[in-house]
Amino acid sequence: MNDFLFNSWVFGIVISIMSYQLGLFLKKKFKSPIFNPLLISITLIMLLLALFHVNYDSYYSGAKYLGYLLTPATICLAIPLYQQLDLLKKNLKAILIGITAGVLASLGSVYVLARLFGFTHQQYVTLLPKSITTAIGIGISEELGGLVTISVIAIIITGILGNIAAEKICSIFRIQEPIAKGLAIGTSSHALGTARAMEMGKVEGAMSSLTIAMAGILTVIMATIFADFI
Amino acid sequence: MKSLHQLSIIFAITFLAEIIKYFVPLPIPSSIYGMLLLLIALQTDWIPLAKIKDTGNFFIEIMPIMFIPASVGLLVSFNELEGIFIPVIITIIITTFIVSAVTGVVSQWIIRFERRHSR
Repeated sequence: MNDFLFNSWVFGIVISIMSYQLGLFLKKKFKSPIFNPLLISITLIMLLLALFHVNYDSYYSGAKYLGYLLTPATICLAIPLYQQLDLLKKNLKAILIGITAGVLASLGSVYVLARLFGFTHQQYVTLLPKSITTAIGIGISEELGGLVTISVIAIIITGILGNIAAEKICSIFRIQEPIAKGLAIGTSSHALGTARAMEMGKVEGAMSSLTIAMAGILTVIMATIFADFI
Repeated sequence: MKSLHQLSIIFAITFLAEIIKYFVPLPIPSSIYGMLLLLIALQTDWIPLAKIKDTGNFFIEIMPIMFIPASVGLLVSFNELEGIFIPVIITIIITTFIVSAVTGVVSQWIIRFERRHSR
């Protein structure tokens, strides 16, 4: 069975797409943020794989092609950004300072918690890039001598959390300006948060897209400084 | 043929971005170079928006699906967190809240401050 599924590259793709569609359907039907399509589909696939004793490798051998599309898709985020370029120029100061504050808050809070939990230097630098996009995060973790697989886990969990909780977090802290919402979501939870911001509105989506590049690059620069603290 | 044309533009930019990534020794992924390239191309009207919009928006719409394979991979990589699972999860949750709050509150404050003073 696993042999067949491993060789069928469509298998991983079809259950990924269909489970996500089921997630979208449930979200539409129940209109509750608990029904997050991404979370539903991830949970469902995990259950299916466990239930039918399918290896993750058999699933991933096909599903990985979906992941390959991430680079062209991220590039396409330039489209909403282009459409909101005037807004970006007009609010440049708020955007730049907001993202910088967010990146400092990210590195600073990881530092404080690492001290609190008594993390080793390696564990600390592994978590430093947790809020930025995977492709940049992997590079930082490697460069600073972190455990790359754990960095990737932390980045993905952060992203899923942002995707689920973004709207709630914005309402708790009374963040109502669409620009500020987009920046908040993107800076904390990279492309996965951006996917959610995109559904909230054009401005939110564009601002969140911008942070993937900006927060990523700022983190590259500042993480090397923070790395020496522990 | 419209979709095919749009698709070929998107993949051509992706490839160009990968070439840049190959030659520039910085820890920046090709997607960031590609984003910048596309933004410049749109801004200079070298690629008109209409020539890329439909397929581009389709890619953005289905983006969450692209994260599913790696996310399901958490299932097999969770044991890597043995011993530090709880502290790592707590760190992730707290920092995500803090980063969102700080970014949002700071930028919102500046936006509203500037709006008041421009009147």
